Amino acid sequence: MTTLPTSSSATGTAVTAAPAAANQSVATPATTPTPQNLGYLQSIWLIAEREITTRAKQKSFRILTAVLVLAVVLSMVVIHLVAGEITSTTIATTNPTTSTVVEHAMTASEVDVTVSTVTDESAAKDKVTAGDLDALVVPAADGSLEVFVDTRIDPTVAAVLNGVAQQQALAVQVSNLGGDPAAVSAAVGTAHATVTPLGQPDDQDAGQLIAGMMVGILMAISIMLSAQYVAQGVVEEKTSRVVELLLSTVKPTQLMAGKVLGIGLLGLLQVALVVGAAAVTSHFTGVLDTSALQMGPLVAWALVWFIVGYAIFSLIIAALAALVSRQEEVGSVTMPVTVFMMIPYMVGISVLPQDPTNHFATVLSYVPGASSLLMPIRDSLGVVSVPQQLIALAIAIAVIPLLVWVAGRIYSNAVLRTGGRIKLKDAFAGS
Amino acid sequence: MTVLTLDSLTKSYGTRQALGGVSFTVNPGEIFGFVGSNGAGKTTTMRIILGVLASDSGTVSLDGHPITLDDRRHIGYMPEERGLYPKMHVGEQLEYLARLHGLTAPAARASAAQWAETLGVQARLDDEVQSLSLGNQQRVQLAAALVHNPSILVLDEPFSGLDPVAVDVMSGVLSERSAAGVPVIFSSHQLELVERLCHRVGIIKDGLMVAIGTINELRASEAPRFVVDCAVSEGAVSEGAVSDTAAPDTTGAPSWLAAVPNATLIGQDGSRCVVELPKEDDAEADGQALLNAALAAGPVREFAPARASLTDLYRHVVSSQEVSS
Repeated sequence: MTTLPTSSSATGTAVTAAPAAANQSVATPATTPTPQNLGYLQSIWLIAEREITTRAKQKSFRILTAVLVLAVVLSMVVIHLVAGEITSTTIATTNPTTSTVVEHAMTASEVDVTVSTVTDESAAKDKVTAGDLDALVVPAADGSLEVFVDTRIDPTVAAVLNGVAQQQALAVQVSNLGGDPAAVSAAVGTAHATVTPLGQPDDQDAGQLIAGMMVGILMAISIMLSAQYVAQGVVEEKTSRVVELLLSTVKPTQLMAGKVLGIGLLGLLQVALVVGAAAVTSHFTGVLDTSALQMGPLVAWALVWFIVGYAIFSLIIAALAALVSRQEEVGSVTMPVTVFMMIPYMVGISVLPQDPTNHFATVLSYVPGASSLLMPIRDSLGVVSVPQQLIALAIAIAVIPLLVWVAGRIYSNAVLRTGGRIKLKDAFAGS
Repeated sequence: MTVLTLDSLTKSYGTRQALGGVSFTVNPGEIFGFVGSNGAGKTTTMRIILGVLASDSGTVSLDGHPITLDDRRHIGYMPEERGLYPKMHVGEQLEYLARLHGLTAPAARASAAQWAETLGVQARLDDEVQSLSLGNQQRVQLAAALVHNPSILVLDEPFSGLDPVAVDVMSGVLSERSAAGVPVIFSSHQLELVERLCHRVGIIKDGLMVAIGTINELRASEAPRFVVDCAVSEGAVSEGAVSDTAAPDTTGAPSWLAAVPNATLIGQDGSRCVVELPKEDDAEADGQALLNAALAAGPVREFAPARASLTDLYRHVVSSQEVSS
């Protein structure tokens, strides 16, 4: 095969000979490796890998991750500090016996107080005014207690000290009457009102409520943002027309799967970082030590619910996004899904903390998609058992194959059709 | 060595028929020019070859077996709708596409760098595609089609929007690839380029191949034409009738042409004229008769078969189709 002989045209103008550049040998790579056949999953992974590296490099993604981690850590530290200031009261007495009595009384009343004994009363008073000591207790001979404070004292602590003073006054009177103060104390000490709860013990501690709110917000933010990112990516490929080049070497379903997988893995990493940071912070501050919350299972379940919820929402959103060709249209085409997500989110954040066993929220927490937003909150509040979560998980996982089929079909039919918005019905039918 | 065969491809968009049975073959090392007006079916045909679009009927086969997705990975494709990731760096993009076509990571990196250099965009490897000029984006697009060392090239309008230097580079690449045994099929409206580069040409009109062959084969279907520049000598004028000198003013035809009865004058510029002979006759003998008649009239400065350009052939084929249809 050689080039055609140059010919003169009918009008007599000679066709110019191929220019020098065209005749130069064009250097191709010295070694010309030929393409190997890629497996179905290999192609998906390559696409996922690109999504991961592209998104991980994005400033917005990094900033958001950092903000989420910082928000969780900071709020836990603040809670720890505030809680620490309230409970850790320091009291000193001038008498070791009084110290022991006060300490016992405080422990019995579940008030967290550190009690010490001082010998120098005036130095201790200086400490009180300086704020190093919350109160100085000086016992009098009649059993009454004189309490020196800077400005005021915690009412709970004051109540306990009153009790101590009354008991001591009682002991003094008993011994004056010739009785045995120790026997009286023992009798008084064992006498108490027995409280029997008649309703269900359903109140949540502060740790559970705060964790519930945080995990609810985190789930909504990370699932919604990751799914939105899938939508943007799908439309970006349509708008830039690169999709035609890609589909000349991979199947539409591979392209969709790779995109969903890549963005999902990065979203999972984001959630893992945030809940991991929360777990580490709670371990070191001990902020949740007094709570009924089990941090380990909560973190594990949060990750599971993210994966399932993201899979459901991102598949629906990928299919919907393929229907449009411009980024401006993404919002309107994915609107129904966004609205659907807002319902469990609002219920979870506003209703559940007030009413953890709310009937509507409980039912909604078994609906695929909604379960990912509600179950972690209910888990934090301690109102759902593991078998119940597993049932909701099974329901959610069961719809995923159906979604893969439907979304794959819509995406494949719509992704190469640029121009106006394609009707969902047409995309599904493939006409 | 790969042979690409298209057999009776049909495709309709709704009620509009885009392809009405397109068949042709591209042989190893052959550059096949795909020519036709806008909407004639070039892009549809190419999309079907790549499997981006499904045909209603007909087959695309490679070396005799129906083409598969794995085969398609060996095709270098430049879609009509240009497209790359706008925010991805040129180098990363080329590497990614090479890997997606089955190259290993190191091979993809080497190939991306090599093709960027060949196409003159090596300085832009670390720039985002969207920051490049349209001409450079076009070069990157071609690099994207070549980066996996394809064994078939399918390029839709590869020359549109290129500056003359880039056209030369692109032509060089196509020639070089075909010399390496790669079948190349490309569409273009720049018929001079097609004529210069292509071994064979296919003309498509309204979804039907109306002409396929080498340019010479296409010419053979045309009536032969000759360029004759004959300076009618003074002697010839004095020897001939007085009416001869007046003849060009009245009929436009030189007097000597009358000696060749089956010749038709197509055009004339001074003493230089283009003459058409009937295609059914013996072109060799007719040509000699024409030359003898001219020699008899005076010194012949130029005598050559006027090869129709592809533009002429294209116009003729397309317009004759319009007449017949």
